[in-house]
Amino acid sequence: MNILQMFSYPFMQRALIAGVLVSLCAALLGVSLVLKRYSMIGDGLSHVSFGALAIAVALRVAPLWFSIPVVILAAFLLLRVADNPRWNSDAAIAVMSASSLAIGILVISLTTGMTTDVDNYMFGSVLAMTKTDVALAVVLCAAVLMLFILFYHKLFAITFDENFSRATGLKVSRYNTLLAILTALTIVLGMRMMGAMLISSLVIFPALTAMRLFRSFRGVVVCAAVTSVLCFCAGLTISFAFSTPVGATVVAANLTLFLLSCLFRLLRR
Amino acid sequence: MGCNELIVCENVSLGYEGQSVLTGLNLTIRAGDYLCIVGDNGSGKSTLLRGLLGLIAPQSGTIRRASELEKGAVGYLPQQTKAQKDFPATVFEVVLSGCLNRKGMRFFYTAAQKSEALMNMGKLGILELKGQSYRDLSGGQQQRVLLARALCAASRLLILDEPITGLDPAAAQDLYKTLTYLNEKEGMAVVMVTHDLKASLRSARTVLHIGRRGTFLGTPAEYLASPMGRRFQEEQS
Repeated sequence: MNILQMFSYPFMQRALIAGVLVSLCAALLGVSLVLKRYSMIGDGLSHVSFGALAIAVALRVAPLWFSIPVVILAAFLLLRVADNPRWNSDAAIAVMSASSLAIGILVISLTTGMTTDVDNYMFGSVLAMTKTDVALAVVLCAAVLMLFILFYHKLFAITFDENFSRATGLKVSRYNTLLAILTALTIVLGMRMMGAMLISSLVIFPALTAMRLFRSFRGVVVCAAVTSVLCFCAGLTISFAFSTPVGATVVAANLTLFLLSCLFRLLRR
Repeated sequence: MGCNELIVCENVSLGYEGQSVLTGLNLTIRAGDYLCIVGDNGSGKSTLLRGLLGLIAPQSGTIRRASELEKGAVGYLPQQTKAQKDFPATVFEVVLSGCLNRKGMRFFYTAAQKSEALMNMGKLGILELKGQSYRDLSGGQQQRVLLARALCAASRLLILDEPITGLDPAAAQDLYKTLTYLNEKEGMAVVMVTHDLKASLRSARTVLHIGRRGTFLGTPAEYLASPMGRRFQEEQS
């Protein structure tokens, strides 16, 4: 099968554009989240977005417009929990994940029944991207890029040392909130293509790979963005050529690159 | 407040959610001071630091801070977090981030700020580490990097939270020497929370002991002679 032929399908064009943009956002936000030890938040949010999606479908409302506020709310809550020393934050996130999943599955089985829909929500479908999704992905990506270009130094300072940043007058919680909102949007947008169970890997893998290859923050940020986009394109092409599910294929591509980077780091020592 | 006064605490009570951990504190930190804060675990040392940094408001009393401090010109050296240990960032990136508080609305660092960062790195002897990754440094080197960042942020006041935790004795010695140098030659006021009583009392000029049965404020010699100081010394050794 010809690679050019693959993009003659409109759904593939949409998947490519939205996917590349979402992967780029996920990788950039992921660097900050992973370094701040917030990786689990990404995972928790994807489960919440599954529950939200199921409820939206049952209520027959537009899934995006329902999921976005719910997931943003969850992101706020998880950030609060993660920052409060008195809370056992990983337990809280695990509880939230499992509950959202359970609620989602209950809602689906009571309404439409356990059809292929569930499978699509969980593990993604390349057909899921609509024109609205693509437009939203463009807006989201512009916002994330602007944040990273204009406020790069502040983001670095806050990621490296929140306490110092706070003491020297940075509005740390404002940036954290912004990061949480953008992460929530990225997850909601990417989830139907990548799958609720797999989307968080888009946030975490590129950062981990880049951390093994580069020693400067700038290097890590750029490398994460590049690897994420490359892995998505590779994953999409392979999934089309071999008719494999797109989400899992993209994750496999990320995993391969991550393992290679581990090997590279071992050899360099 | 006088021009050489940096922080003035008057009858201050600090705490969280209605519970005071520290009450009735009077303390003035002036330019060029060297103050050690000691005390038992949970006695409110960290809470006091947060109050001095302006991160929490006092429950009663007033904390007045010089106008430059209100703008964020504080050389704060927080305790290292777990996440920092393997953080991918070059030494230069970390030190430069100390200049952020003077960046205003500009998005990038100026040449002057970059050369100031380099100068502070030279002062602390870490210039040759400039391009190295923070996570590859020893504990002592990491502390120097954070100190250089603090110098970029402030010209008059350093606030350090348990700076020698995790350092070997030689690196700790080194850090004390550097602090004494900055205090005596550059006129930096140093405020330090520490467990390491012996070494810190050699360089400090004032000691603040926070205990469950009240506070003590005086010179190291007075402190060692006081019942509070004697008891604390015995517990330490």
